[in-house]
Amino acid sequence: MEIKLTINGDSKKFEVDPSTRLIDLLRSAGYQGVKKGCDEGHCGSCTVLLDGQPILSCIKFAAQADGAEITTIEGMGTVNDPHPLQQSFVDKGAVQCGFCIPGMILSSKSLLETHPDPTEDEIKRGLDGNYCRCTGYVKQIEAVQSAAQKMRGGI
Amino acid sequence: MSEQKTANFAQVGKSVQKIDGLALACGKDKFVEDYDMQNQLYLKVLRSPHAHARILSIDSSEAEAMEGVAAVLTHADLPRVPHTTAGQGYPEPSPYDSHTLDNKVRYVGDRVAAIAAETPELAREAAQKIKVEYEVLEPVLDPRKATDEGAPVIHDEDDCKVIIPIPYEPERNLASAVEFSFGDLEEEFAKSDIIVEDEYESHYAQHCPVEPHVCISYIDSRGRVVIRTSTQVPFHVRRIVAQRLELPEKKIRVIKPRIGGGFGAKQEVLVEDIVAAMAMKTGRPVKFLMTREEEFVSSRTRHPQIINVTIGADSDGTIRAINLDVLMNTGAYGGHALTVVCNSGSKVLPLYNTAKAVKFNGKVVYTNLPVGGAYRGYGATQTYFAVESALDEIAHRLDIDPVKLREINHIKNGETSPVFAALGEGKEGVEQTIESCGLPQCLEQGKEAFGWDTREERRSLSSGSKRRGFGICTLMQGSSIPEIDMAAASIKMNEDGSFNLLMGATDLGTGSDTVLSQIAAETLNVPTEDIIPYSSDTDLTPFDVGAYASSTTYLSGKAVDKCAGKVKQQILKVGAEMLEVELEDVSLGAKKVVDSSGNEVSYEEIATYSLYESNQHQIAAHDSSISHKSPPPFSAHFAEVEVDTETGKVELIQYVNATDCGTAIHPRLAEGQCEGATVNGLSFALTEEYQFSSRGKMLNASFDSYNIYKMPDMPELKCILVPTYEETGPYGAKSVSEIGINGPLPAIGNAIFDAVGIRIKEGPFKPDKLLAELEKTEAR
Ligand code: FES
Ligand code: FES
Repeated sequence: MEIKLTINGDSKKFEVDPSTRLIDLLRSAGYQGVKKGCDEGHCGSCTVLLDGQPILSCIKFAAQADGAEITTIEGMGTVNDPHPLQQSFVDKGAVQCGFCIPGMILSSKSLLETHPDPTEDEIKRGLDGNYCRCTGYVKQIEAVQSAAQKMRGGI
Repeated sequence: MSEQKTANFAQVGKSVQKIDGLALACGKDKFVEDYDMQNQLYLKVLRSPHAHARILSIDSSEAEAMEGVAAVLTHADLPRVPHTTAGQGYPEPSPYDSHTLDNKVRYVGDRVAAIAAETPELAREAAQKIKVEYEVLEPVLDPRKATDEGAPVIHDEDDCKVIIPIPYEPERNLASAVEFSFGDLEEEFAKSDIIVEDEYESHYAQHCPVEPHVCISYIDSRGRVVIRTSTQVPFHVRRIVAQRLELPEKKIRVIKPRIGGGFGAKQEVLVEDIVAAMAMKTGRPVKFLMTREEEFVSSRTRHPQIINVTIGADSDGTIRAINLDVLMNTGAYGGHALTVVCNSGSKVLPLYNTAKAVKFNGKVVYTNLPVGGAYRGYGATQTYFAVESALDEIAHRLDIDPVKLREINHIKNGETSPVFAALGEGKEGVEQTIESCGLPQCLEQGKEAFGWDTREERRSLSSGSKRRGFGICTLMQGSSIPEIDMAAASIKMNEDGSFNLLMGATDLGTGSDTVLSQIAAETLNVPTEDIIPYSSDTDLTPFDVGAYASSTTYLSGKAVDKCAGKVKQQILKVGAEMLEVELEDVSLGAKKVVDSSGNEVSYEEIATYSLYESNQHQIAAHDSSISHKSPPPFSAHFAEVEVDTETGKVELIQYVNATDCGTAIHPRLAEGQCEGATVNGLSFALTEEYQFSSRGKMLNASFDSYNIYKMPDMPELKCILVPTYEETGPYGAKSVSEIGINGPLPAIGNAIFDAVGIRIKEGPFKPDKLLAELEKTEAR
């Protein structure tokens, strides 16, 4: 079947099987910032935004996303022009191996849309589904707070 | 003092931008899974449903006949080469008890056959079509009974062996053993005013790197085998794959791109052999990504230990004698068996060098359970649980502040311990004197940050069924394996005065590419962004044993520093020639060489001169380092808990880790190591647990039911870096990556005891366990 997706602002058509999962479609279409950590809906490393909401692309069929707008980490910013979240994650030391980071940044983006000035608790709950085994989460909480401040027009 | 020595550093001690940070945050830097090749096949491993069985026959005809299946490999297709999967230096102190594919399976999840197909789905489907006939054997599931007379023999094949003289008796399931002692134990116990004796059990756990093991291999146009893999030990992978596939090393190239964490699980050659064998068999690129379930069941784990500890002390708290008896379960294979149990002694016992007599007895047994391996902390994590709990018991019974008890007994600057020389890794250890112990400051600053002295006032904050408690522990680890580990680096200069830094050292996500670049930058007097690091490619970079044993900053950092020092000399020489002065007259400025009268030439001019103009040559060098000691980092941990006596739930309120890692080359990354290790330890202490069926099958091999810490689980956590200066390390650095994981199990255990007077002697501290103990005390 054919589906239409708007990925990071570009509208694209794909021929998919009903069993094709969104994660595999995105990765094979070159969006390799979508990471596969468990492939069973637990770790959050495959998080993308579907119409602005964080979802786990490993437990979503591509066909279920037909017509949706998808944001992957590639749509957030580039090395030369990073999104404030991406810059803050690096500045605060929140990136170790980096495998969990795309998913975490996308969840953070969605959190900041509803909570532009999140408390520590709100961040913890907002990023509940994003596992990180390297960092101990402390610096990631700081990174989200600092990005939030920048995005609100603080320093 | 350490502040004076580090005050003038321009690059070291600064949290510069992590070199791969933005590329990772933008999803652009590549991990193994992100490399796809034309015509690639997907590999699937068929695994054993039995804990212990002989394979009588394998019929793969139906699978092989399937459209889209390229090949099936079984033990009949491969040469029989006993080896160890442990990625250690050669000759490995681990038994050669593994085969790429064998005619026997020794745990649920062991390899039976490998299938390569056009899609992962097809490979999975084909695996189900392989018919295997097993002779099911009685499994050994209780480590305490593993060496009993008449116990089933797990390694009854006639070709398992050790290649250096170390204890190994597979005929009675003994994978390894170590023993050492000094002083008169009986006499010291007899003189002791107090003796505590207890048995502790430390449990199975998995590393859970968020990126699973993944590998892609292909045969290049000249017939060489290229292996791109998620590993901590690229050079050991090359050597061990060469051994297993009976190829010379020159036929193999191993490349490590970005990797998604390892924590020791990737210090094991677990996937590369079978993927390369399949690439050779099919002539096509082959990719293998382990599933999360396979990570739990068939990767490596923390070796469980049963630890009997006896400590005798004087009434003032001075320790007289320690007796440690460790029974360790290595599961079905013995990789790291000896070295992990050695570290249970060597990384723990020297900390309390007031002991006049020490005995250490380690015994490692095979069972038909998941396989133990290297895991951050490496044996120390397990044994610290027993020793630090026993010390807490002594402090309690003698009514001494547990902080004071540590202060009285811990090793100090200028002191040594006979343990250093006695216990090495597969051989004797190396004597060393401690010269950079920051433990007193760790205790002081930790107490302050935690509010140790005001803890009694906080007790009343808990009410009703809740009780508050406070616990501490102190720790040490090491920095590299002395007289064994080797690291090398090479550096060359470019036209613009930048430098390529090539090193074998393996960045597994820790940031070592950045840290090692900072060291080179400091020596060469350039900003870190003028260093272009490239690491871990066996064709291009010099050798390094890899990322393990807390060695990268200390050992690889020294190689980089030495190498940069040589390059610096060459730069000075060219600079002097250009300025027409003697070599003694010049020194390095920021990206330039200056002479005593203030004339200068820039690095750019020097590089251009040497590459294009006169006396042409490439300014470049390489150098290696080995270490003659393993200076320990030290750490003090503080835990505050609230125990609900009705539910048995332990709530962690506050946790403080104060760590002396010498100079923190990159403070933010060093803090990240402390925080990451601590949180992994918290999760180990409170939530992580393997559940087994009565036939040895893991029942919770999923993130759904094996609970690792998530963000909301976090307590208030503070990690404090306490600077000291280790003269033998690069710019005063020691290690930092492992030590933090050792603290939570004992510190939280001690806090629980302080809260409710119950010592839980077996991790993890789950509500049902506490409740059972609480009920027992009530019943009494
Ligand atoms: S890969 Fe999708 S949740 Fe883990
Ligand atoms: S940085 Fe490695 S998993 Fe988060």
